[in-house]
Amino acid sequence: MLDQLSNHLQKAMKYLRGEGKITEKNMTEALRMIRLALLEADVNYKVVKEFIEKIKRQALNEKVLSSLSPTQHVIKIVKDELTFILGAETKGLNFSNVPPSVFMMVGLQGCGKTTTCGKLAKWVLSLKKSPLLVSFDLKRLAAQDQIKQISQTLSLPFYEMTKDQVSSPQKALKDLVKFAQSRGFDPLIIDTAGRLHVDEELMKELQMVKNLLNPAEVIYVGDSMTGQDAVKSAQLFNDKVGLSSIILTKLDGDARGGAALSIVSVTGKPIKFVGLGEKFDQFEIFYPDRMASRILGLGDILSLVEKAEKEADAEEAEELARKLRKQEFTLEDFKKQLVQMKKMGSLSQILDSLPTGGIYKGLSKAKIDDKKIVYYEAIISSMTPQERENPKIINGGRRRRIARGSGRPVIEVNQLLKQFFDMKKLMKKSQFQKFLSSLPPLSH
Amino acid sequence: MATINLRDKLKKTRQTFKDKFEDFFHSDKDREEIIDELSETMILADVGISSTEKIIDALRQKSKKSDHFPRIKQILEEEIIKILSQYPSDFNLSADHSVVMLVGINGGGKTTSLAKLAYHYSQEGKHVLMVAADTFRAAAQEQLALWGRKLNIPVIKGQYGADPASVIFDALQSFRARQSDLLLIDTAGRIHTNINLMQELEKIRRVIQREIDEAPQEILLILDASTGQNALIQAREFLKFSGLTGVFLTKLDGTAKGGSVISIVEELQLPIKFVGVGEEEKDLLFFSSQEFVRALLS
Repeated sequence: MLDQLSNHLQKAMKYLRGEGKITEKNMTEALRMIRLALLEADVNYKVVKEFIEKIKRQALNEKVLSSLSPTQHVIKIVKDELTFILGAETKGLNFSNVPPSVFMMVGLQGCGKTTTCGKLAKWVLSLKKSPLLVSFDLKRLAAQDQIKQISQTLSLPFYEMTKDQVSSPQKALKDLVKFAQSRGFDPLIIDTAGRLHVDEELMKELQMVKNLLNPAEVIYVGDSMTGQDAVKSAQLFNDKVGLSSIILTKLDGDARGGAALSIVSVTGKPIKFVGLGEKFDQFEIFYPDRMASRILGLGDILSLVEKAEKEADAEEAEELARKLRKQEFTLEDFKKQLVQMKKMGSLSQILDSLPTGGIYKGLSKAKIDDKKIVYYEAIISSMTPQERENPKIINGGRRRRIARGSGRPVIEVNQLLKQFFDMKKLMKKSQFQKFLSSLPPLSH
Repeated sequence: MATINLRDKLKKTRQTFKDKFEDFFHSDKDREEIIDELSETMILADVGISSTEKIIDALRQKSKKSDHFPRIKQILEEEIIKILSQYPSDFNLSADHSVVMLVGINGGGKTTSLAKLAYHYSQEGKHVLMVAADTFRAAAQEQLALWGRKLNIPVIKGQYGADPASVIFDALQSFRARQSDLLLIDTAGRIHTNINLMQELEKIRRVIQREIDEAPQEILLILDASTGQNALIQAREFLKFSGLTGVFLTKLDGTAKGGSVISIVEELQLPIKFVGVGEEEKDLLFFSSQEFVRALLS
């Protein structure tokens, strides 16, 4: 995944890095390379065009032109814009006020609709709901059998739609809703026939189902391996049937998934889940920022390192890392770090961009209020060199002196010292040492 | 089968009226503008950046600055046809007892394509036997069994959860005992990044080779025409594990053009052999590079 696309981007970024400023001319060349990279990721040609235009407008504004670090701005703009298009935040499923909520699944043949029905049923089971799977697909051979077997696997009852029933669909669907209501099934997950989207007949059928059932969700199931055509089918389903959300399938493959960007761009509907395999639990909530990273091929941690690389003196960072490992961390180092953090952006933001579980657990305890960084810096500056080396000597008298010198209350001096000692304690923990050694080296 | 014309099926994307309009529309454009437009058409058809650039380079060399649209488009068509017809796309069923295996990722249309091949060759008078070696996906067995009933062609079924290689082993015995002419094997769809499942294909192929000399005669990659640049990676992986003799391009009756096969032919030296253009058993075409290219650039 990191391969060609990120090579292209990195090439593009380097091109910018060599320049003191972004000019219209070198910007054009860099954008051309980003454009190619996105096309290789299967983002639709027209979507790429719009995307590049947006980036161009944003990057060429005054602030960026006067910036000392054009690379950083361009990376940020590209990633922010990608994340923005993919959806600013993760969205949950909609349920109706009056049960049963109907989830209607639509999409092309072979996109993974029926398997996704099973995954969605399993997901809502975990929400303590009681789903019912129904196939409204009478065209494909064994479509009913497939839903029946999936229902059995998930220990759900099976409601069969026979040919007779579907010959009077209005009645069949009303009966179905009544059945669900009387037995307390909610949601009703309706699988529909997949066909190629040029099919008017299918669209009419889907419209009818939608009008009769007034679904809480009309979910478009899209294959992440789709190329340029992703735009056309998603748009058509959106225009003809009206979609409410999207599930992206087959992300366990190694396609870069540019289709995600295409589908969201043309429909304006959020991606809510992703499918990652054939088993029913291989199903996850969609995270726009992760998808942006996947399309760009840059991990969160990579960009964090890059940030640190730019802002911090690499040697100093190495020295700090060495001291952290050896637990020789002093208040002087603490202050240096505070200064660097100010340059890098908010500390909590940095901590947030790291995973919270596993070896990183406990790091959040070291969280520092961003506003306090400035005060802490002042407090440490009011200490003598001996105090900074060996804070244990700071007694009540020294505390009062430091408070006066920095213009901060004594209580804050106490807080700082407590936090510093807490941090030192944390650093002694093997978890933190492991975390440190897991970080990539800061200098090349 | 030959009665269906790809262009008839694709009339939405190809009209002679449109051709005339195109010529008129391009009458005052210079070569570079025309080349830009054609590149865009190729990218939108999933040909991919590197193949498009390569082909456009050749187009530049072979055309003159003064050339107009019809001439430039003609050179482009010839260029792509040259690539696509490099390797013979004959379907090799010369052996008395031929074995054909279909492989590919999930949802590509393997089972439907298998039924189409079964129908075509049984219409030609061959004794065809199908085997449902997908023992994983819900109702895969039933799906092929229903096809068998519809087409009146026997199907060997397996148990869900059984080792597909053992199902195929049994099918091979039955194939020999029945003295059938053609054995068509439907395998389970698999994403090419799943090493275990890819190794399963390796094993299946070994079993077939061990049981019948020279078999399998054909191993086709079932590729959905709407697949983007991942198509080449898929083909490369299947070639590595199951081996491939060609590509069966499915769902070409939609709006997708299937341009990603160009890089497969070029880089992996594999021919495209069949094209699927519908859901019925008769919706099968032998691949024609001329018609494919005309549809691609329309």
